[in-house]
Formats: sequence, structure tokens, C-alpha cells
Amino acid sequence: MTRILTNRVRVWLLAGLFAASVVLSGSFATTAQAQNKDPIKVGFSMALSGALAGGGQQSLVAIQLWAEDMNKKGGLLGRQVELVFYDDQTNPKNVPGIYSKLLDVDKVDLIVSGYGTNLIAPAMPIAIDREMVFMGLFGMNANAKWEYENYFSILPAGPDPAVGFSEVWFQAVEEKFKPKTIAFIAADAEFAQNLKEGAVRNAEAMGMEIVYEQNYNPKTADFTPILRAANAKKPDAIYIASYPNGSAGLVRALAEVGTDAKAVGGGMVGLQFAGLMAGLGPMLNGIANYDFFVPEPTMNLYPGASDLIDRYQAKVKAENLKVDALGYYLVPWAYANLDILGQAVEAVGSLDQEAIGKYIRDNEFTSVVGKIKFGKNGEWERPRTLVVQYQGIKNNDLQQFATPGTRKILLPADISTGDLQEFNALRK
Amino acid sequence: MAIFIDLLLNALVIGILLGGFYAALSIGLSITFGLLDVVNIAHPTMLVLGAFIAFLLNSTWGIDPILAGIISTPFFFILGWLIYQVYYNVFEKSGAESLRGLAFFFGLLFIIEVGLIIQFGVDHRLVEAPYIGQSWNIIVGQEIDVAIPFRLLVAFVVAAIATLAIHAYLTKTFFGRAVRAVAQDMMALRLMGVDPIRVKRIAFALGVATAGIGGALMIIVLPIEPSLGRLYLGNVFAIVVLGGLGSISGTLLAAVIIGIAESIVATFFGPSWAPAVSFGILLAVLAFRPEGLFGKTAGAH
Repeated sequence: MTRILTNRVRVWLLAGLFAASVVLSGSFATTAQAQNKDPIKVGFSMALSGALAGGGQQSLVAIQLWAEDMNKKGGLLGRQVELVFYDDQTNPKNVPGIYSKLLDVDKVDLIVSGYGTNLIAPAMPIAIDREMVFMGLFGMNANAKWEYENYFSILPAGPDPAVGFSEVWFQAVEEKFKPKTIAFIAADAEFAQNLKEGAVRNAEAMGMEIVYEQNYNPKTADFTPILRAANAKKPDAIYIASYPNGSAGLVRALAEVGTDAKAVGGGMVGLQFAGLMAGLGPMLNGIANYDFFVPEPTMNLYPGASDLIDRYQAKVKAENLKVDALGYYLVPWAYANLDILGQAVEAVGSLDQEAIGKYIRDNEFTSVVGKIKFGKNGEWERPRTLVVQYQGIKNNDLQQFATPGTRKILLPADISTGDLQEFNALRK
Repeated sequence: MAIFIDLLLNALVIGILLGGFYAALSIGLSITFGLLDVVNIAHPTMLVLGAFIAFLLNSTWGIDPILAGIISTPFFFILGWLIYQVYYNVFEKSGAESLRGLAFFFGLLFIIEVGLIIQFGVDHRLVEAPYIGQSWNIIVGQEIDVAIPFRLLVAFVVAAIATLAIHAYLTKTFFGRAVRAVAQDMMALRLMGVDPIRVKRIAFALGVATAGIGGALMIIVLPIEPSLGRLYLGNVFAIVVLGGLGSISGTLLAAVIIGIAESIVATFFGPSWAPAVSFGILLAVLAFRPEGLFGKTAGAH
């Protein structure tokens, strides 16, 4: 039988393939050039549902504002910015899959984190494995285990975040009351546990005796038993590291059971969200808590932040978005997170992750949250957490939280607007 | 010693009140899953829907949340009626096992949850009422006083009334007995001239109707956000199983047992142990009494 592929046919076939490959590689070259006008994709997961969604949703709007601003100015490296994101549902288990998809399927050029320690930690191995620069939004010590040099944290808690986060609270409380005993109540979650560890170190450094230290499960429906058990040890101060539902539950328990402690609060996440502030209203009076940005007249630390918040609030109103109406807590920071990455990319002139990482490590940035210099493990060189006390809240009207007076800044001293008072003195 | 008694008394009281609250959440499922063998996994999410409706009525017109819950009950009844119609026509009519309907209810769960997110956003919501944030302080002895938070007391009272009402309905009225009969032997009921499908449909609607008032109690006790339903799924099913499938009073007792166990563990041993103890009790009871506390043993008449 004759062979199908005679030698001649083979030669022509090979020649044809060779010619085709030359042409195709030529067209790939032009496609590559055309691709330089393709959008730069920034990928991330974000808590758009679940327990932390109050923060995640406002962060997303802030990031979208950043993308709009960049695209109005001509984009990043002359290319339009496109956001690719997925809802992680505040479930850490969803995060690795999302980032794998972002990098392998969606082929994003840059990645940033979602909101919160619990959602940053699971993404770290992927970022490290792919040698990508990774900007972390409000991560508490997310890089301590890895010491990855291309991780950068947007959290004004300073070089030792767990300690720096609670340091000002302890300073304020120590100055005023010199408490001898302290109780700790913390949620069973990575952030709260990290925070509590740092707070415990602060307490011990000040010579306080820890009389109660317990964790609660996120599903806890009622917090009165926990508070009573803590009260039974008669602590002078109570430090709480909680997530939104726990924060609200404990505020209610404090209203129902009361306490003799002079200072209560510390690390209660969620009390900064508009919905919870309005819902809890006067029950917040007396609680001294951490914060990052409050509408007090001395907040000139961050010149660009007020404008951004005004724009955010206007956008929420105009588009009737179902998100945090005020945006103080996360909007400036989520914006800065992307802004710094964008500045670094422009400065380096390419998407080379190593170069971008080195640039961020070596330079000081000016952003809507002021000047930032990153130190060890990507944390800030200097802490800038505030401690505020809720005072003079009259009712459940949201507007009173958008004006000065309801959250008095205790420390840092140079922007202080009020004095720390005893918890019960502010309760009727 | 006084401190110990003080803590114990308070833990017991809170436990009982919490138990009443858990019962209100579980009673609808006790009817639909316990009696009708319909795995309504969307029940906790329906409670969240009820909670949001109570929030809507409360924040827009200042209506008291419990009143709001009562107002929304007929709507939930109709909703349950319609859901069962679909469920029956698609699954039960063709003789499918109840587990196959699980996918249907899973879908329902997500549709409701995402619908809530689209309509209300994801922020935590609370209601305002004069009894929230206050407590009733009873002085029992020297250094021993019991503080009863009003919001838990209100939830307990309403839950108790609802549970007793449903229990009375199922035992004393003709229709109620028909519902229990349909759970025991559908064919026999048909032979008695009663349409079992109609009975099941109304019973299912009744189960879903409890989501109106149950949801209102939920938002009185704790802040609500759309995905909360999935968090309480395990607890609610555990209580129904512990109480015994088919027994309303069993559900109430199981809920109170779980409430007290959680409260005492949280007070004396540390709150992180509380869920382990609840499920531990469930396992222990099922090991010795597989039908639950008040459930009927298989084959018993």
C-alpha cells in the first residue's frame, strides 16, 4: 500500500508549518503590543456578605472610587484599570480558591487583599508562592509568621501591631485610673486573639493583674453570662476584643447587667459602623474604643481624607447604595491601599513585582491617610491608632455621629478633644 | 459562696430565657421536619427574613417588633402554603425521598439570603423598643441579685405562648390531630376520608408562619444580618432532633436544656466550650435514646 505521507508531502507540510509559525509569532508580537493598551487588572477578594460585610462593602466603594480616579487621569501606565473581585463571604475557606482563580484564570496583573486579618492570612501562601506584591487591608500581624518582604500593611498600628493597636487605650486608662486588675473578653477568631495577645502584653507591662480571660464563640446569642462572670472578679478595667455581633451583644449586656469597672472597651470592631452606632445609640456612652478616623475638628492628620469621605457619602446617596452611610472607618484606608500600589507601579514604570516591592520598601508615601513609611514585615514604622470615648450620645439618630462631639479623641495628645471619664459617670 | 450562688442563679435564669428563645426559632422546624419529614433547611433563613420585616416595620413606622411579627405571620403562612405546593408537585408526588428535596430548600435559602442582601445591604440591623437595653433586677439575698434582661424575658414569654398555643392546637383540635395522624400513617388518614396533602400543606404553612414571630424575637435578642441563618442552622436542627421528631413539647424542653447548658458552661468554664457541650448533650442523648427525648420509637403505636 502506498504511504499516505510521501516524502514530498512531508517536506511541504513542514515548510507550511514553519511559515505559519513565523507569521503567527509576528502577529503575536503585534498582539502583545496591542495588549499594552489592554486594561491592567487588579484582583482581590472582599467580604461582601457575612459578618464583616459592613466593612467590606464600604471598602469596595472606596476601591471603585480609586479606579475611577485613576481612569480619569489616563489610567495606570497609560492603561485603564479594571477591578476583578469576588465575594469571600467573610469565610476564610473561600480565599485561597478565589486568589487561585484571580491569578490563573482571570490572569490579573496585581493583587490586593480583602478586608480583615481572617481573610488576609489564607491568601498569604499564594501571594508568596507567586512572588506577588500583596497589600493588606487592616490585617493584624498577618505577616508575622511569614516575614514576606513584599507584603505591606495598611493598618496604623505601628511596627508591632498587636501591641501598638491597644497601646493608646492602655496609656489613656493607666494615666487616669491606674487600674490594678483587668478582665479580657475576646472572640474566638484570629484577629481578636492576636489583638488580645498584644493587649495582655500591654497590661502586664503596666503591672496589671489579669483576673479573667475568656474567649467566646461567634455564634453566642447572649453575652450576659460572660459579662457577669467577668464582673464577679471585680476588675478595674475590661478589655474586649470583639467582632460586630459580639461588640453589639456586649454593649447590650453592659446596658442590662452593668459593671463596676472604670474603663470598658478597647478593641471592639463594629462600633465604628454606621448601622451599629445608630442602632445602639446611648448604650455606647462611656465605652472607650480604638478608632482611626472620627469627625472631630482636630483630625487634620489626613488632609485628603475628608474630601474622599465627602465624595464617598455623596456617591452612596446619589446611587442609593446599601452600604455604610458614613464611611469613616475604612474608606480612606481602602483607598490608600490601592493608591500606594498605584504610585509604586507608576514610579517603577512596569508590573515587575520585585521592583514594585523594593520601591514600596524604600520610599515614604503621601496618601489620603498622610505620610506612610513601611518598616519590618510591611507594618508601619509609627503607630497612629486613636483611642476615643463615646460621650453625650442622646438617641439613635445617625446624624449625631457625623458631627463632632460624640466620639471624643483621648489620645494622641496633640489632637485630643476630650478627657477620659469613668464608665458609669457617663451612664444615666 | 455568695458570688457562686449569684452566678449560678443568673446562669440558670438566662439559660431558661435563652431556651425559650431557641424554642421559638425551632418550633417551625419541629413541625415541618419533625412531623412532616420535609427537610426545610431554609427555615433559619426564613427567620432572618421575618427579622428584616420586623426591622422594616419598626424603622419606617415605629411599630413594636412583636406586633410587627404578628402582622407578618399571615404572609408567612401564605408563603409556606405556596412553597409546599411547589415542593409537593415537584418532589413528593413522584415519591422522591425527602433528602432530594434538600436541594430545593438549599436553593430557597440562598434566594432569600441574597434577596435580603440586595434589598437591605449587609450591615447589622437592630430594632428599637422600650424594653431593649433595660433589665429587671431582683434582689435575692446579700450580694445575690438576679438581673433579667427585658429583651430575653419578652422573647421567652412570647415563645412560651406560641409553643403552648401550637401544642394545644395539635393535640386538642381536629385539624391538629389530623396533622399528627398524617405523620404517623398517611394511608390510614386517606382511608378516613381526609385529604392528607391538604393537611400537610396547611401544617407546612403553619411551620413557616412561625418565622414571622420567630424572626421578630430574633432581632429583639441580637443584631441581624442576612447570612445569620446559616450560623444557626446546626443549633436549630440539633434542638429539633434532641427533642424528638414529632414532639413540640420535646422541642421546648430540648431548647431549654441547651440554653441552660450553654449558659452554665459560659459562666463557669469559659464560653468557648458552650457549643461543644450542646452538641455533646445531643450525642449523649441520641446514644441512649435514638428517637430523642420525647420522640416515638419506631414501630410504637
